[in-house]
Amino acid sequence: MSYINADYILETIDMIRVHHLDIRTVTLALSLRDCCDSDVRIVGEKIYNKITKYAQNLVSLAQEIEEEYSIPIINKRISVTPISLIGESCKDYDYVYLAKILDKAACDVGVNFIGGFGALVEKGCTRGDNALIESIPEALAQTERICSSVNVASSKAGINMDAVLKMGKIIKEAAKLTSDKDGIGAAKLVCFCNVPGDNPFMAGAFHGYGEPECALNVGVSGPGVVRAAIEALPANSDFGDVAGKIKQIAYKITSTGELVGREMAQRMDIPFGIIDLSLAPTPEIGDSVAGIFQAMGLEHAGAHGTTAALAMLNDAVKKGGIMASSHVGGLSGAFIPVSEDAGMIEAAEKGCLTFDKLEAMTSVCSVGLDMIAIPGDTPSDTISGIIADEMAIGMINKKTTAVRIIPAPGKKAGDKVVFGGLLGEAPVMNVSALSSSAFVQRGGRIPAPIHSLNN
Amino acid sequence: MPEKISNKSENKIIITVSGVDQIGIVAKVANVLADYRVNIEDIKQSLMQDYFVMFLLGDISQAEKSFKEIKEAIQKAGEELGMEIWVQKKQIFDRMHNV
Repeated sequence: MSYINADYILETIDMIRVHHLDIRTVTLALSLRDCCDSDVRIVGEKIYNKITKYAQNLVSLAQEIEEEYSIPIINKRISVTPISLIGESCKDYDYVYLAKILDKAACDVGVNFIGGFGALVEKGCTRGDNALIESIPEALAQTERICSSVNVASSKAGINMDAVLKMGKIIKEAAKLTSDKDGIGAAKLVCFCNVPGDNPFMAGAFHGYGEPECALNVGVSGPGVVRAAIEALPANSDFGDVAGKIKQIAYKITSTGELVGREMAQRMDIPFGIIDLSLAPTPEIGDSVAGIFQAMGLEHAGAHGTTAALAMLNDAVKKGGIMASSHVGGLSGAFIPVSEDAGMIEAAEKGCLTFDKLEAMTSVCSVGLDMIAIPGDTPSDTISGIIADEMAIGMINKKTTAVRIIPAPGKKAGDKVVFGGLLGEAPVMNVSALSSSAFVQRGGRIPAPIHSLNN
Repeated sequence: MPEKISNKSENKIIITVSGVDQIGIVAKVANVLADYRVNIEDIKQSLMQDYFVMFLLGDISQAEKSFKEIKEAIQKAGEELGMEIWVQKKQIFDRMHNV
């Protein structure tokens, strides 16, 4: 028997209208492994045809579901098999050409980003991997919708320091080639440790090796909803109550994502993959993870206690969300991108939030150093040092970590970069002036860690 | 004999109307629903000071038009009344608030 529960209805509408609850992304994950050929033109043709065939209704079906539930689906995206693998089948490598094909396919089906222009090189690079990595700056400069990710470390394999060294240079070059747009190329490029193969969020989305032919992955969001719920608690609520409330909200958010994901998958006639139950902020006021820290009682993100607050938030989100779906995956947790979070931007501008504090926070957040602008003259070896540190946190703690930093061309600490849209804007943050060169240039691999004696 | 009404949850919609109270709100929304062959299964309403909120549970299994067309027609009626109207499939509330 159907009935009307006015409280539930009003709560749901409030979550959407006032607190920015939304489905952050529906991402079509697609294998391109059958697109290999010795001729790069044929590879391009196969890729274009496959993407446009599978994704032809992605946007219109997402809009249909948006209408039916009145919940915004902010992004419609595609993730594909790491392109290093596909392009490697060609006699003459031309990864920039393949990037352009991916970009055109994404444009023609109406998605704003396509992820998977990347490689998994935690233990070493093949010839194709090397060629792809070299092509990243050019590929990002010549396309609009391509996102690139390179996995350079894992808890099982250790850290590929040759790749870390190279990625420092690649990030710098990617920013330089897009200097007219504050180095936006680097904002679409991310280095990972323990990268998941089913993540629907950019810039790290790709379709992993153990994945099916295709799947529909969903990323939910809603930091504003969590903040509002914590603010509504009595002021003397203890941490048990706060964590309990976060779990309840995470359950509700994830259930909604699961409904949308399953409906989308059914209508597209493809399997439902996973739901990524992340708190992904946007530059909109109120849609901020930093705002949750304030609701918990910290003056600003960056205050002592922020790491503890984030650890509790990240854990409670997972605990609440996991009940709502049988298939939780991706990055699941709380994101702390600086430029995409109004509260983080404010904290950074006021000097409350430093690069070092962000690094500490990444040991308990769901991803890593994300969307941080640093001075354009930062040496590439220093960037490699930053990557190495972040990869070490992920490797030792058996978690995903990532680095997406933008050495903003011509900018120095205190200046501002503006990317617009969801990528937002950020103050340029100071990094250490000490040299990391002799360390990162040693080359080779940092061995995989011992998985016992966990002290 | 009326056609058998489907009890499938995807056919249930919730219409939420809110705004300043005036004569004819229920009538106007109900008229649109009748025109579009949406069966009204339940209505709840409340008035706080002069602020009116109504929740309406409808079934669209007999409707000939698409959900989108029905929603547009209801929202047009809302605009004419100067009221805010949300039209959503009921599944979102069921899924979000039930374990």
